[in-house]
Amino acid sequence: MSLTREQIASIAALARLELTAAEIPVYQETLSRIVDFIGALERAPTAGVAPMAHPLPGLSQRLRPDVVTEVDRHEEYQPNAPQVAAGLYLVPKVIE
Amino acid sequence: MSDLHTGTLTQLAASLRARKFSSVELVSGLLTRIEGAQGTLNAFISVTREQALGAAAAADRVLAAGGAGALTGVPIAHKDIFCTQGVRTTCGSHMLENFVSPYDATVVAKLKTAGAVMLGKTNMDEFAMGSSNENSYFGPVRNPWNPKLVPGGSSGGSAAAVAARLVSGATGTDTGGSIRQPAALCGITGLKPTYGRVSRYGMIAFASSLDQAGVLTASAADAALMLREMAGFDANDSTSVDAPVPDYVAALEQPLAGLRIGLLQEFFDQGLDPQNERRVREALKVYEQLGAKLTSVSLPNLPLSVPVYYVVAPAECSSNLARFDGVRFGHRCENPRDLTDLYRRSRGEGFGAEVKRRIMTGTYVLSAGYYDAYYLKAQRVRQLISADFTRAFQDVDVLMGPTTPTPAFAIGAKTSDPITMYLNDIYTIGANLAGLPAVSIPCGFVRDLPVGLQIVGPHFSEARILAAAHALQRATDWHTRLPPGYA
Repeated sequence: MSLTREQIASIAALARLELTAAEIPVYQETLSRIVDFIGALERAPTAGVAPMAHPLPGLSQRLRPDVVTEVDRHEEYQPNAPQVAAGLYLVPKVIE
Repeated sequence: MSDLHTGTLTQLAASLRARKFSSVELVSGLLTRIEGAQGTLNAFISVTREQALGAAAAADRVLAAGGAGALTGVPIAHKDIFCTQGVRTTCGSHMLENFVSPYDATVVAKLKTAGAVMLGKTNMDEFAMGSSNENSYFGPVRNPWNPKLVPGGSSGGSAAAVAARLVSGATGTDTGGSIRQPAALCGITGLKPTYGRVSRYGMIAFASSLDQAGVLTASAADAALMLREMAGFDANDSTSVDAPVPDYVAALEQPLAGLRIGLLQEFFDQGLDPQNERRVREALKVYEQLGAKLTSVSLPNLPLSVPVYYVVAPAECSSNLARFDGVRFGHRCENPRDLTDLYRRSRGEGFGAEVKRRIMTGTYVLSAGYYDAYYLKAQRVRQLISADFTRAFQDVDVLMGPTTPTPAFAIGAKTSDPITMYLNDIYTIGANLAGLPAVSIPCGFVRDLPVGLQIVGPHFSEARILAAAHALQRATDWHTRLPPGYA
């Protein structure tokens, strides 16, 4: 199966990835090959087989009591942020 | 003092307790060794000289007072995927080039508590995606056995560092073989524990249903020692399993006689280098001589493990890596026009080619209309593979086979075709899909390059597979061979 230029652009848009003009044909070629490769699964007989939900048989995700455990540590976290002001993360204007 | 680097973790811990030398002497010598090898191997992303010497001096005071823990003063390195408070954690990516974690990963904290001294953060494939360490933003790592060759990946920096004895033990992570494959290609011991055995808290996520932290060491005994200190329940990781941690070191000497070994038929396929196969079969012969019983075992669905992996892992990665948005941490593009532009360009610039390829693969298989055909289908086949293992372990205690199809390959040899690269992990991915523990140990050489034997066990059988590995290491000396120039 061959993915089109438009399909690659649409996947990149969904993934919020800007691709350069040079990257698009590379991903078109390699993603097409990967899609062919994983296509081998189609032939596997899986009727009546439940999808595996946890790597350890019989276990599921543990839940904890619904109580607040986090404390406000924004002063420790924000030195890693690209842009902050007055303890707030800054992004371009969203609402006009 | 010039041969301190050849000591195993077990020997170094004992020598430090006996005050044969100080941690500061040991750490200083290794830091010089690391800095000397960096130009050739590029095994480290950050070397934490000042902190290491400070921690070593503190360890020496503890040792003098007689209060030593299991690893007090013993030097180790962490794969740069583990968050280390106050020390840059890059995950091999431009995205996190300047990220300084505000907290320690549980693995880092536990090893610190055991007294280990961190010398630095090791190089890796970006976000642990790769089998050759060529995907690092900080440049490829080179194999100490031949610098023209790859060390394997993604824990290639940890593997090269331990193989060259820049440090005797290092942490790694294994999502599809990222501990075992580089361990095999570098001639060292690499253990991937059972899913949930070691906390993933503070370990930057790639594929959360497959990721597991483990160790790269000079011997199975050292892997047992390090794992004992790292393993255990952690409330901060919802997939951490609340089960007691056995004393893996005490269990090393359990008798091998009568051990039922299953030879994984599907691993002795046409892709396996005949010389590689010969080394593996010679090791199996040793096991037979030690009293183990060999039988052939077939896992019919195992050949589908690579395609299953390349649906499940990219799907989980596309979701996990959504957090890198250029807002709270990580790379941000210059002068974004609007929020979408900020997301798209920050991610487009911050991620490397293979990471973007996997995010897009994952986005595709999860997108409307394809979810059932790819993701659900892959999780069903994963169930079949897991059931194959469960069935096999009704008749045998452990499964054995090669870790990789070939020894280390040339840098650049497989970069143009992702599928060729993905097939390096054909023998290792099964254990991740089924959540099983597995270890790779050196079992000889092909064309002067090390070859690995893989031992896979049932869930939570780390003690047994490490004891089996230890038995081979008592009967052979492959694990003591050092690369020329690093002896």
